[in-house]
Amino acid sequence: MSDEVTLVKLPDQSTAKLPKVSYLNKENGLLSWLLTGDHKRIAMLYLISISFFFFVGGSLAGLIRLELLTPQSDLMATDTYNKVFSMHGIIMVFFFLVPSVPATIGNFFIPMMIGAKDLALPKINLLSWYLYMAAGILALYTMASGGVDTGWTFTTPLSTHYVNTHVLTTGMAVFIAGFSSIFTGLNFIVTIHKMRAPGMTWFRLPLFVWAHYAASILMVLGTPVLAIAIVLVALERTVGIGVFDPTKGGDPLLFQHLFWFYSHPAVYIMILPGMGVISEVISTFSRKRVFGYTAVAFSSVAIAVFGFFVWAHHMFIMGISNYAVLIFSLLTMLVAVPSAIKIFNWTFTLYKGSITFETPMLYAFGFMGLFTIGGLTGVFLGTAGTDIHLTETYFIVAHFHFVMVGGMLMAFLSGLHFWWPKMTGRMYPEKISQLAAVVTFIGFNFTFFPQFILGTLGMPRRYASYPPEFQILNVFSTAGASILGVGYLLPVLYLTWSLKYGEIAGNNPWQATGLEWQVQSPPLTENFPETPIMDHEAYDYEWLERQQEKEVASVG
Amino acid sequence: MSHISPVIWQFLVKWMTNFALFPPEASKIAPEMDALYFFMVLVSLIGLTIVILLVTSFSILYSKKRNPVATQIEGSTMLEATWTIIPLGLFLVMFVWGALVYFRVYTPPANAMNIYVVGKQWMWKAEHPGGQHEINSLHVPTGRPIQLTLISQDVFHSFSIPAFRVKREAIPGRYTSVWFEATTPGTYHLFCTQYCGTEHSHMIGDVVVLTPEDYNKWLAGSTSGASLAQNGERLFASLSCATCHNTRPDARGPSLANVYGSKLTLSSGQAITADDAYLREAILNPSQHTTQGYAPIMPTYQGQISEEGVIDLVEYIKSLDSDYRVQQTTATTTLLPEGEGKASKAPEGQGSGKAGSGTGMVQQ
Repeated sequence: MSDEVTLVKLPDQSTAKLPKVSYLNKENGLLSWLLTGDHKRIAMLYLISISFFFFVGGSLAGLIRLELLTPQSDLMATDTYNKVFSMHGIIMVFFFLVPSVPATIGNFFIPMMIGAKDLALPKINLLSWYLYMAAGILALYTMASGGVDTGWTFTTPLSTHYVNTHVLTTGMAVFIAGFSSIFTGLNFIVTIHKMRAPGMTWFRLPLFVWAHYAASILMVLGTPVLAIAIVLVALERTVGIGVFDPTKGGDPLLFQHLFWFYSHPAVYIMILPGMGVISEVISTFSRKRVFGYTAVAFSSVAIAVFGFFVWAHHMFIMGISNYAVLIFSLLTMLVAVPSAIKIFNWTFTLYKGSITFETPMLYAFGFMGLFTIGGLTGVFLGTAGTDIHLTETYFIVAHFHFVMVGGMLMAFLSGLHFWWPKMTGRMYPEKISQLAAVVTFIGFNFTFFPQFILGTLGMPRRYASYPPEFQILNVFSTAGASILGVGYLLPVLYLTWSLKYGEIAGNNPWQATGLEWQVQSPPLTENFPETPIMDHEAYDYEWLERQQEKEVASVG
Repeated sequence: MSHISPVIWQFLVKWMTNFALFPPEASKIAPEMDALYFFMVLVSLIGLTIVILLVTSFSILYSKKRNPVATQIEGSTMLEATWTIIPLGLFLVMFVWGALVYFRVYTPPANAMNIYVVGKQWMWKAEHPGGQHEINSLHVPTGRPIQLTLISQDVFHSFSIPAFRVKREAIPGRYTSVWFEATTPGTYHLFCTQYCGTEHSHMIGDVVVLTPEDYNKWLAGSTSGASLAQNGERLFASLSCATCHNTRPDARGPSLANVYGSKLTLSSGQAITADDAYLREAILNPSQHTTQGYAPIMPTYQGQISEEGVIDLVEYIKSLDSDYRVQQTTATTTLLPEGEGKASKAPEGQGSGKAGSGTGMVQQ
């Protein structure tokens, strides 16, 4: 019985052919890529560039872990170590995590999911990639010409008065990258408001689009504050305006208020698109609509709204007023709730589903486990009392990496595998990629779990050398990092291989419901041969079945 | 053992002999904070276990093999309300409990002994009330509340004692404070946890907790001969502060006797309490902190006195409980040869030129 159902449902993979014309071969030559307005091509440009920056940042992480293998600073001098972790943070945060899902998968699929031909502002989209590249090249130039040692947080007065490294050029790189992010966010907001296909109401949007809408609001409203903070640092450093200088009546804490006003929402900019990916993947591979669609959609918006009012929880021990601590601690607790809602809603999406375990689903499971740990340990830091002991230690490092690497990077890899067939028209090899997902999960836990214990013991972050009793846990962490490195290298190899040798995917290899899956893979430049009309809810698997029965009937 | 690689052997030996999983509890607050910590660990483990159990059992029960056709479910308001309200309730318990611990750590009791700590790239300087100085170490007795008043001379630093579960940022231009009561004698780590530049990871030291008897012995053996207040008195004299702050009826500056802790009205009409932070500001940035009824004629001492010098002056002013004490200092000043005191006693040599002109202004 079940076999028969499957036979009717799945299109025959062996007869699937690559379409003659697609966005990949409509035009040829390097210029056709560099001057393109097509959101799909720009997404591919972004994918190549962010992967490159990920491997630069990852190599720096490798150097950090190697240095920490022994208690002494013997691999690098302390100055070099400081530059290495600063550049690791700057590259990973501004050049990988912030653009990762939105600029690649979001760029590629938001127009397709809402039934549009492109983003609302295609030229702005291309401009934002050029800004990103200019900023990235500037950051690499800075690194090559001596680097910067302020940490990714540029804390004043260290960054304004006490270091003589390339603060200004790095600041400029981050400033420019910020505009790239603002333009991307703006483009998404306009597109989601104005370009939806007929029938595509707000509550028929895939949750991926809701998550990106929330993240875009954060990008547009938060990033300018970072730009202001950087300009003030530059002015302070060059002409000494004294905004942050206590001897001139300035306030050194003001910088941290400005910086975290962006940088706390920024972690939601990084994680929300990842949550969007997880909603799509969990639904598709359990063949069920997402449990409590409205709750998941609104929890994204709630995270975006609350996310703006928790920044001072980075400053509990810095002498801000006790009342401020109370309020910011309370608001931090409130922002933890929507994340808990999401986790449980995804879990119950599995209930009574029909679950399969392809690579994207494995990464999504990894995301759920690691993000739960990352989120719960965030509560340890949002609680004012325990924050005193745990902040500025490896506990913070572990928490942040659980959310960003365990959460966001897992979600990115999940999404990349999920949409790879649509983006390239070919399947990735299933077995080895499942192996890569498992290796990544194991390596990740080995690398970052010991750091929670190190932090509880009190080991400060950003130390090139440390007391010898912390060595054992650091050895574990470094060993885990090498496993993790393998886990990240594998996808590069087999995904590249699959571009030429992968199986032909066909239109809808996962039997997913999104509009992007109802057209050819890889898609046409204009996405849809004719404007689609949305006549059903998101994640309506029964609609999909009826569609296919109709097709089978007409062909037969 | 010859077949085991020496590196791995060494690693195993270290693992067995030198491996910590939880920091020692050496202060009164430590067990309180750990109780909250373990409560949160417990809640997190239960939450994580629930998620893992659900995901695993659903994956087994509803795999495609066992359940080829999914049943579509919209959602469930009841269930969703449950997993909104229960986490919210637990988080609120943590919030209240955490706030209580937080207030305890940062509200020093009135009878606490005050030790000043100055952070600078890259060392910690501790100054005991009796004038004992130490660098990158801190000696404290058990059974007595100790308040640390922290300030940084350059960038942000953070004073962290994991065994006590306390930590406080040392900020340039502003006093911050934290307190603890040590319970167990021993030597514990002292870290700078706020990244502060090249030698950040070497800005570490030891906190030595002694029994009260041993602490008194240490105090006697480490004395520099003069208390902070006495150092402050000398500085007060050498900077010629008494030219104006001299308690005479026609004095151009207010009398400083009993000023500490008193309520003052400033020229701007603002009412303030004269605490450490106010005294510091009034010395370094006097024009903004003039007491009502006095002309803003005091020169700034910004850049002329080190943070340690300011601490000495503040301690001296705190010790002034009568006009008589001030007059004694005034008398000392007149005994000092003109010029000598100013040039040689001013701690920042580069400031002597400015100090001269500053004094000139006062004498006009």
